[in-house]
Amino acid sequence: MAQLDYLAPLKVEDAVKALAATGSYALAGGTDLLVQLRSGRIRPDTIVDLKRIAGTIGIREEAGGFVIGAATPGAMIGEHEALSRAWPGLVEAVSLIGSTQVQGRASLAGNLCNASPAADSVPAMIAARAVCVVVGPAGRREVPVEAIGTAPGRTSLAPGEFVLEIRLPPRPARSSDAYLRLIPRTEMDIAVVGAGVNLTLDAAGVVIEAQVALGAVAPTALLVPDAGAALVGSKLDEASLAALDTAARAACHPISDKRGTAEYRTKIAGVLARRAAFIAYERAGARA
Amino acid sequence: MSDVLDGPGVQPDLKVVGTRPIRPDGADKVTGRAAFGADFNMPGQLVGKILRSPHAHAKIVSIDTRKARALPGVKAVVTGADFPNLASEMHEGGEAASNLRDLAMNVIARDKALYDGHAVAAVAATSSAIADEALRLITVTYEVLPHVIDVEAAMSPDAPVLHAHLFTEGLEVRPTSASNVARRNQITRGDLAEGFAAADVIVEGRYTTQAVHQGYIEPHACVAAWVEDGQCDVWSSSQGQFMVRTYCAKILGLEISDIRVTPAEIGGGFGGKTTVYLEPLALALSRQSGHPVKMVMTREEVFRATGPTSGAVILVKLGAKVDGTMTAAEVELKYQAGAFPGSPVGAGSMTALACYDIPNFLITGWDVVTNSPKVAAYRAPGAPIAAFGVESAVDDLARKLGMDPLALRERNGVRNGVKAAYGPTFQNIGYLETLAAIKDCPQYSLPLGPNQGRGVAAGFWFNVGGESTAAVHVNEDGSVVVVTGNPDIGGSRAAMAMMAAETLGVPMQRVRPRIADTASIGFSMLTGGSRTTFATGMAVVQAAEKVVADLKRRAALLWEVPADKVEWRNGAAVCLDPAKADPKPMTLEILAGQSARTGGPISAQVSLNAQGAGPGFGVHVCDVEIDPETGHVTVLRYTAAQDVGKAIHPSYVEGQVQGGVAQGVGWALNEEYIFDSDGRMENAGFLDYRVPVASDLPMIDTILVEVANPRHPFGAKGVGEVPIVPPLAAVANAIRSAIGVRMADLPLSPPKIRAVMDARAS
Repeated sequence: MAQLDYLAPLKVEDAVKALAATGSYALAGGTDLLVQLRSGRIRPDTIVDLKRIAGTIGIREEAGGFVIGAATPGAMIGEHEALSRAWPGLVEAVSLIGSTQVQGRASLAGNLCNASPAADSVPAMIAARAVCVVVGPAGRREVPVEAIGTAPGRTSLAPGEFVLEIRLPPRPARSSDAYLRLIPRTEMDIAVVGAGVNLTLDAAGVVIEAQVALGAVAPTALLVPDAGAALVGSKLDEASLAALDTAARAACHPISDKRGTAEYRTKIAGVLARRAAFIAYERAGARA
Repeated sequence: MSDVLDGPGVQPDLKVVGTRPIRPDGADKVTGRAAFGADFNMPGQLVGKILRSPHAHAKIVSIDTRKARALPGVKAVVTGADFPNLASEMHEGGEAASNLRDLAMNVIARDKALYDGHAVAAVAATSSAIADEALRLITVTYEVLPHVIDVEAAMSPDAPVLHAHLFTEGLEVRPTSASNVARRNQITRGDLAEGFAAADVIVEGRYTTQAVHQGYIEPHACVAAWVEDGQCDVWSSSQGQFMVRTYCAKILGLEISDIRVTPAEIGGGFGGKTTVYLEPLALALSRQSGHPVKMVMTREEVFRATGPTSGAVILVKLGAKVDGTMTAAEVELKYQAGAFPGSPVGAGSMTALACYDIPNFLITGWDVVTNSPKVAAYRAPGAPIAAFGVESAVDDLARKLGMDPLALRERNGVRNGVKAAYGPTFQNIGYLETLAAIKDCPQYSLPLGPNQGRGVAAGFWFNVGGESTAAVHVNEDGSVVVVTGNPDIGGSRAAMAMMAAETLGVPMQRVRPRIADTASIGFSMLTGGSRTTFATGMAVVQAAEKVVADLKRRAALLWEVPADKVEWRNGAAVCLDPAKADPKPMTLEILAGQSARTGGPISAQVSLNAQGAGPGFGVHVCDVEIDPETGHVTVLRYTAAQDVGKAIHPSYVEGQVQGGVAQGVGWALNEEYIFDSDGRMENAGFLDYRVPVASDLPMIDTILVEVANPRHPFGAKGVGEVPIVPPLAAVANAIRSAIGVRMADLPLSPPKIRAVMDARAS
């Protein structure tokens, strides 16, 4: 009979060593891993719990930005006032994941490394230009969030590597973000399309920097530079929003599946990008 | 808003019936103490698991279980070969009849697997992990066959045939070759051609619905113990312990008296727990292993192998005069039955036009087998599907005539003395009162904003009576126990206690309702067909009346007066003999305390076959708002009015109405079985099978219209099924009103609505 080992190392080196073995899976909140284990989709030999490693749970401000530990649960992120003021879009994306009970466990890095193209926090993190601190047998490296997922369920992490923390850059004045997703219901669902928009305005209310990221419209969440560029120099007039809509749709190459057709997803990507841009713009203006 | 409108025939001066006490099972449920199917355990029990077919249609060439049997910890392995082959025999279960041969073959496949998820083998082992490993070690050789799931494709002459023995019944000429069409039924009146010729306006529509699951939260679960002397015990969650007992005895070839079934608390059934899946397998595994065996389905198994109700195609043609008088109706219903005959198309046909008094009509129903799970009863089985088509067409007819949709329904609505489309003559019905209640409700006249729409729809359900037993025991302290054999799926414990208390004249808190195992109370048909408050309630009241008669006799004995000189008032015997010098009334407590002197324990049992269940009508109004860019539908407001006879406990009746609406809205907007090209279910979980969550629904307002049923001691009619009948069309009609386009293919999910918006714009 198969045996399942559970390890909860205190040190990064021990976790790296344990995760380098085949059949090892990293456990943060476990809200995806345990479901996959129960359904028989994965049959791990070893589960390596990362939550006892110092720094994997918690949020700290550092060099003008924020550092979020890999296993920090959604509930802690949602309740963090300074983070919510600076990155309301990222926080709302995290808060949309699962139920209240799931929020007590589900982690930011787990949502990323589960590598679902529909993960809610990922477009918001990409739009925020968030960077992952990855540790592994070859040491420590920093990679942008969009470089982690490579395909549904697959990441660029090498054996033994895991995400230790996620860093958000310093926040200029008059900048804010927003995330919207479409689900057939009102909660407890998976995004058919997700859109994160992160904007910085000048004193006159003109967009000087814009990042747009989309979820569930391609094998991985996408950064869409053309969509961001469509907004720069505008005050979100109709023409720039139409250009955003077009650019967002052009970036989509979704599949048709039980959650939505490719055609529908593509249309909705444009709709949500416009709506999220509008919300981010209002918020950024309020942070003058 | 929740209103109770007293109508004709409702008894005045009731003290308990019609009030809203806390339910007797409430504390157990909110504290988590209630023991559901999976909560029962026995010492030494094994874990039972099922190997299921991964193919929608396949011949089972061979099953090799040797490696599984050799695995340490595996105590039993069974396949179809371990069960007797039964002859075709219909068994009336309460909600629907079942063919025992088919039932047995659905529990475990014999020579063919007929759907993805069909049980092929089962194991019992000392741990869950060993049982899983054992399933992996069973080698089944399949010869995969072409499959068919779509109902019209299954009716086609070149469709793969599921059962070589199935020849369509109900045709003028018996067919010469087997097909997937199990039966055609027809109901007709008048002259259809004449009726349409007399019409000034005709509407026609083709509507489709997808298979939907009952979606009970508690998965099927049981523990079975087969002892060496052949005595069997089963603990399981079902809608009827007697149904479980009968089916297990038939499937395994046992004497009914050798099986005792104890009902667990039930975490939802909605008709889906009116049959057996696990219990016969657990018993067979227990027989082979000599240990008790526990089986609990996963959610995925619940979706793949239990329920659902039919997907269907509905064709409707209606004709009316310019004044709205309907002259003719033609309805054709094609229902998926799943792997074995027995879709609810018969009930769909009988209910389709039940709200309307139309002189000329033809209703044709087709029962069609498909490579999908055998359908099970689901809340007013068959009626919501038929009503979706008919009520959508009536809405279009009202639009075409320029009439208010309620006025059109009122003009053609059935009333007392009208012969129903399905046969009997209506008496004591409250359909017109229910229509009037919606016409008068605040929501119906609220103004609508942009992208908003309003829809109304009506619905009908027969409700049934049937066989029930109840016992009433008065304890020595004057407290009372009421014992019945019906699992409480809708607040029936409260209703039983209240009706007993009302009859005995004591507070409801002095009456403790209990649900007994099959050896501790007489036979009762299962909880279904909205029969329990009516039929079992009637048995409770009659048993309580027997107790009252006995108490009067005992008081007369103590007072030494003739029995007719004693009356029972407010829970006490009162002496009417003027010769007696002012004897104090003797309360239930006093009489109970002296029972040994007056003949021993005070107790009565009544078994009956209740007749005269009153049919129920519902009228619903739904307001929606559409997001034109995403196609997302928000249900803004919803009011449901229903003729309930007399609400024994109005809060739980309102809960039934709201629950039916919630399920109907889910059916209308998002719920559906999705199969891949190989016939495997793609959304076997609550993530992608989307029942509404709380935030998807507004507060559902209710109006209880009380037109009493004189055949019940307090006027009760069944209430649990009617409320799921109107919502599919009420939602669709509201969307029609909001976007100006008739959408006829459920579910009305966002991508479909966005596509309509795009087509409308271009």
